[in-house]
Amino acid sequence: MKRILVGIKRVVDYNVRIRVKPDGSGVITDGVKMSVNPFDDIALEEALRIKERGLAEEVIVATVGPADCQQQLRTALAMGADRALHVQADGVVEPLVAARALLKLIEREQPLLVILGKQAIDDDNGQTGQVLAALWNRPQATYASKIELSAGTARVTREVDAGLETLEVDLPAVITTDLRLNEPRYVKLPDIMKAKKKPLDTLTLSALGVEQRQQLKLVRFDPPPQRQKGIRVTDAAELLAALKSKGLL
Amino acid sequence: MNSRVLIVAEHEGAKLNPSTAKCVTCARGIPGAQITIVVCAVDAAAVAAQAAQLSGVARVLCVENPANAHALAAVWAPQVLAIAAPFSHILGPSTTFGKDLMARIAGLLGAPQVSDIMAIESATRFRRPVYAGNALLTVESSGEGQLVGTVRTASFQAAAGGGAAPIEKAAVSVELPTHTRFVSVSAARSDRPDLQTARRVISGGRALGSAEGFKILYRLADKLGAAVGASRAAVDAGYAPNEMQVGQTGKIIAPELYVAVGISGAIQHLTGIKDARTIVAINKDGEAPIFEVADIGLVGDLFQIIPEIERLL
Repeated sequence: MKRILVGIKRVVDYNVRIRVKPDGSGVITDGVKMSVNPFDDIALEEALRIKERGLAEEVIVATVGPADCQQQLRTALAMGADRALHVQADGVVEPLVAARALLKLIEREQPLLVILGKQAIDDDNGQTGQVLAALWNRPQATYASKIELSAGTARVTREVDAGLETLEVDLPAVITTDLRLNEPRYVKLPDIMKAKKKPLDTLTLSALGVEQRQQLKLVRFDPPPQRQKGIRVTDAAELLAALKSKGLL
Repeated sequence: MNSRVLIVAEHEGAKLNPSTAKCVTCARGIPGAQITIVVCAVDAAAVAAQAAQLSGVARVLCVENPANAHALAAVWAPQVLAIAAPFSHILGPSTTFGKDLMARIAGLLGAPQVSDIMAIESATRFRRPVYAGNALLTVESSGEGQLVGTVRTASFQAAAGGGAAPIEKAAVSVELPTHTRFVSVSAARSDRPDLQTARRVISGGRALGSAEGFKILYRLADKLGAAVGASRAAVDAGYAPNEMQVGQTGKIIAPELYVAVGISGAIQHLTGIKDARTIVAINKDGEAPIFEVADIGLVGDLFQIIPEIERLL
């Protein structure tokens, strides 16, 4: 069966104003809205569109994390994924551990394509897709803004600093999504009800033979430095005078 | 304690990208760092010569292969891996080039990666932004094994020139994959300064109203010798090309002067400019969040103010 595997991560919703805990141990997450990482939403949307075009038969979503990640898997099922895999893991899941777990799922499911978000908006690491492609010894096409599938290959347009780069990769491959790839659909209420009946399998890291290992210690979180309060000017002439006095013109 | 640092050079054609000189400055912050730059290329001579001049570099290694014509991570990573063994730290810039490549190298090494290094506290302790820069995280590695890092270029000055490091060829014979092929790149050619390295940047938001509306910014930018950027809203609306986007999901920049025109100041945009020395905001909405970070604010109609500034200059 032609399958697409999509990675999902539970993160603090992008609309939440982030506040660092006073003791520096993290950011405040109590009572804060949690969501699917926005780049993963885009990854799932792309997988669903590929399936709707008849180029894939099944979309599987997977996550590696604690029990409450299942909420986000249910959201992904409501959006249209066929089934979900939850790899139970507590504590900080580093990209290498997530990638090793995903590789085990790839070995079981044999997908033709793996689509992940380019980064999670909490830790902003931006590594898992590339690490997975390295471990799997398969192509990677990061920061995709367009994906065209044909028999055995994918043509991917990437958003790079210089502009747009197009690569051709053999399948299977790992693709990571950028913002402009698509606009994810909204989840409809009846679909949320239907999603409750879709299969969600729970596994553990140890059952997959992956060691939960944290290589980087999170020492301290600090709030970013505040900028000094600025001045207001009333017209263009005053603005230029202010810039001149700062030696900027 | 000595650290041996390998920096993977970013280059286009025969020209070293300034991001590499910023990585050198970052690497010099590691106590006792001995810095090697590796240049992967078809013919590395020109780029290696530029890298050798960077102050603080001890050695430049050339890895030449006909397959290196384009920076394909799947092709370059095994070649870097082949020479990586003696190094404690392997760094690259946190540009789309470096982010794509370095994490693949980290995967091959099974090593941890510190993304977006903004400050070095020791050979094992680093600071980096998380949550789109709304928190700064200090991380520490055990010091055992190798560490990969990407360097937030906006946080470091470019290393000065004047050096003369020896240039050596590295004999690398590893099998390279053919499963990833370069097709094309389309870049909007511009005579204006590069957005990432410009001293002055003028950016426009959705309030410019159209691609036509952006022309008043281009005219002012040309008069000031500035680069032109855009907010995500303006890019999404099709007023400006994608490579002009400034922000957490676009380019993170640190010019001396940043002028935000008709930009409300979404958090992801502010993240991309917070290292700018002076921020000027011009917006008709005096309550826009951009004014919270602006050093100089001007409330008014940009279509009157911008031509007025141009006239007064």
